[in-house]
Amino acid sequence: MKAISVTVNGEQHEAEVEPRQLLVYFLREQLGLTGTNVGCDTSTCGSCTVLVDGRSVKACTLLAVQADGAEVTTIEGLGTDGELHPLQRAFHEQHGLQCGFCTPGMIMAALGLIEENGALDDEAIRAGLEGNLCRCTGYQNIVAAVRAASAELAGARS
Amino acid sequence: MSAATQEGARWVGQGVLRKEDPELVTGQARYVDDLTLPGMVWMTVVRSPHAHARIVGVDVAEARARPGVVAAFSGEDLASEFAAGLPCAWPIPTTHWPEPFDSDPRMPTHWPLARDKARFAGDGVAVVIADSREHARDAAESVVVDYEPLDPALDLEEAAADGAPVVHDELGNNRCYTWSLSGGEPEQVFLSSPVLVHERYRHPRLVPNAIEPRGVLVQPVAAQGEFTIWSATQIPHILRTTLALTLGIPESKLRVIAPDVGGGFGSKLNVYAEEVLCLAVARKLGRPVKWIEDRSEAYVATIHGRGVIQDIELAATEEGKLRGVRVKLLADMGAYYQLVTPGIPLLGAFLYGGVYDIEAYHFECTGVLTNRTPTDAYRGAGRPEATFAIERAMDALAHRVGKDPAEIRRLNYIPPFDEPHPIAAGLQLDSGNFVSQLDRALELVGYDDLRKQQKARRDGGGAKQLGIGLSSYIEMCGLAPSQVLAALNYVAGGWDAAVVRCHPTGKVTVVTGTSPHGQGHVTTWSQITADRLGVTPDDVEVLHGDTAISPLGMDTYGSRSLSVGGVALWHATGKILDKAKTIAAHELEVSEEDLEWRDGAFRVKGAPDKAKTVPEIAFSAWTAHALPEGVEPGLEATSVWDPPNFTFPSGTHVCVVEVDTETGETEILRYVAVDDCGEVINPMIVEGQVHGGVAQGIAEAMYEEAVYDEAGNLVTNSMLSYRVPSAAELPAIETDRTVTPSTTNPMGVKGIGEAGTIGSPPAVVNAVADALVPLGVTSVEKPVTPERVWRAIRDAKEAR
Repeated sequence: MKAISVTVNGEQHEAEVEPRQLLVYFLREQLGLTGTNVGCDTSTCGSCTVLVDGRSVKACTLLAVQADGAEVTTIEGLGTDGELHPLQRAFHEQHGLQCGFCTPGMIMAALGLIEENGALDDEAIRAGLEGNLCRCTGYQNIVAAVRAASAELAGARS
Repeated sequence: MSAATQEGARWVGQGVLRKEDPELVTGQARYVDDLTLPGMVWMTVVRSPHAHARIVGVDVAEARARPGVVAAFSGEDLASEFAAGLPCAWPIPTTHWPEPFDSDPRMPTHWPLARDKARFAGDGVAVVIADSREHARDAAESVVVDYEPLDPALDLEEAAADGAPVVHDELGNNRCYTWSLSGGEPEQVFLSSPVLVHERYRHPRLVPNAIEPRGVLVQPVAAQGEFTIWSATQIPHILRTTLALTLGIPESKLRVIAPDVGGGFGSKLNVYAEEVLCLAVARKLGRPVKWIEDRSEAYVATIHGRGVIQDIELAATEEGKLRGVRVKLLADMGAYYQLVTPGIPLLGAFLYGGVYDIEAYHFECTGVLTNRTPTDAYRGAGRPEATFAIERAMDALAHRVGKDPAEIRRLNYIPPFDEPHPIAAGLQLDSGNFVSQLDRALELVGYDDLRKQQKARRDGGGAKQLGIGLSSYIEMCGLAPSQVLAALNYVAGGWDAAVVRCHPTGKVTVVTGTSPHGQGHVTTWSQITADRLGVTPDDVEVLHGDTAISPLGMDTYGSRSLSVGGVALWHATGKILDKAKTIAAHELEVSEEDLEWRDGAFRVKGAPDKAKTVPEIAFSAWTAHALPEGVEPGLEATSVWDPPNFTFPSGTHVCVVEVDTETGETEILRYVAVDDCGEVINPMIVEGQVHGGVAQGIAEAMYEEAVYDEAGNLVTNSMLSYRVPSAAELPAIETDRTVTPSTTNPMGVKGIGEAGTIGSPPAVVNAVADALVPLGVTSVEKPVTPERVWRAIRDAKEAR
């Protein structure tokens, strides 16, 4: 077992983890943050995407020990005081989800994309979300949601 | 006028935002893998690496000694746990339908763990149970299985032949059934028609890939012999009944819960070995048992879709007027029958004539066992195959008689009808206006202009050519009239149920027998209830997916939820209104005939201010202080709706592609979908269903294919090698609708869940084929990968 210290959604956690434990299972099974989903075992589907030190990362590609000292944001860390984050609200308003399983990862990937690039056009959104699979929506309303939120977030920043 | 269009509809027809979303966008959803119980242990399934092998011995002793292991069992160890094998609810006999059949359907034996032989690579042979996911997985590698490999039956045509390796020895060969039906005089029509078209199409197997893998958690209450089962399933009700039969547990002791479920597309419309095994092991150990599927496991252990070879023949006049359709299928069942495996081709059996006015029809399908993962329902199930065949063949006919693809369709459509209309295959279509869908689609896409652009490019002779593909589809859904299901030898009914409970505070609880997993029933059902009872969607709570809460239900598949379960809700609210009206008349001291339902209340005719709302009546029904004589307290109603017919959504899709004739690469430039699902409750949700359905159909047409090697291993066994398309590959989809109300139900609704997946594959492939016409290419198979297109172009060049 190895001792790690990770800040997750602003809260610091000291934990003992097996060296082989993936970050996603640390979040889900040790911290009980089950909003981050596991959809594959090849780092392909992107359902487990979280932010690590502000960059979007598939939490199944990282060992928990590699997150030692890092700041992690999961879907549970978005939104404040019962208000949805603009991306969460946009997914709701644009019908950017159906079964919802890919949604937390999709939102976190989109957040990473927007934080890196600001406002995005459809082509950049589609290319930027290439690593996140959705089987329900055909992506059309996901693209619309990210477009709307990226304009709002970029506007708020400038 | 149907309910959905009735005057005063406030909520029906609006794109009400989904009530389901808040928990899903905040990570508060509860999928099976999110659930943990005290004392819970993990199950892992040991799977055969061989497509076909005799099991000489299974030794679990070493695995039992590994760290954290609680138990390990072979198929023989668990043999006494099962009262029956895994269920198949649709045994298909050899028959010329609807003639009675002489001999019983041939049914392969299917135990949850293989005992004598492993019959596909992925067939379960043992289970290991441990205190953690990792320990169970580690120990599974210590199970020693002694296999004696056998030749596998893989290729569909070879497997069907005499002398092929036999998948189930007791059946003698791999041919399960040959099922046929005829209408009119096909032989006479084919003999007397001057134009005959014969086409052959192959449908590769597809892997459903719901983003949530399957999962099961069973909690036993050993002292009571009771079990709660959480499963990532589309069918909690059917699962409960079949688990009771399979394990010999009284159904009343089983509670099945489908919590949040992350997509299904038919793959979770099943009763799987792992569900039965978790329950058997939980009963044996007296502890909660959990199993969560790996994605790589899902590729072999969850059903596949399609897997069909079709020979289709058209008979027509010189002008291209279609007279008859004949079709012969070989359908790959895989190694076992899952829940409805053999019946899947029959869901398309009536539809190979498409939307066309024909006088003669013949359908014949032979089901064949192979040493591969079982096939079963995948979005569209039988109907995408039928639509693909007739729509590709219609293009072949158009070429043959020198007509434009739009013109050949227009010439042959069944004329518009709003009363049930018989077709040669023997069903009654509910309503249809196919030409209006074509007109709208051509207008939206700018068809004439596109043809001019195409001609200019062809004349220019450049590498990048335009292709325009049409597809007019019809599907039968709203499964289904129970009597028709009986005639098709399906062993369950097709009804669905709803309970409406009006609380004294004015709020309403709806309990539905459908089991949504992304379709938005909570929102849609709230809209229906709100308009029917004069409340708002926020006043309505919709409960589903738990057999303890909704004991009556037939679940969600086959685009049936709205047109069966939604209509049951409509009838249940009708019963509420009937009772409320009696009470309202009593309280207002008028006769019921003097009341009318207007603006969300029962109002006295001519004195609309004298009124009673349903919430007001709910309160007085609850206090029961002054009810009319003979009226029971409370305001609650149940309705079970068994539809008198199927519903038949239809539409026309147009796909415009640019094909690089040097590299074989295809880009979709435009995709227009004009669909008709009858009356629409929530247009936002309907459009979302079309987007997702079309995306899956484009994936089928361009990217997805289960490829096996010669030993019977699935080569495309992960999301890396099997191409589920991302946002980067898929185009924006332009949608529109026509509205032809269904005559099957009082709401006029038809269903939209599968339409996109049914309509789109032939539109895409027809477009690619259309682009290649100047190069002399006459056929291209799906998926139309760059390599396939490039080879088709090269072969055509060499043939010239």
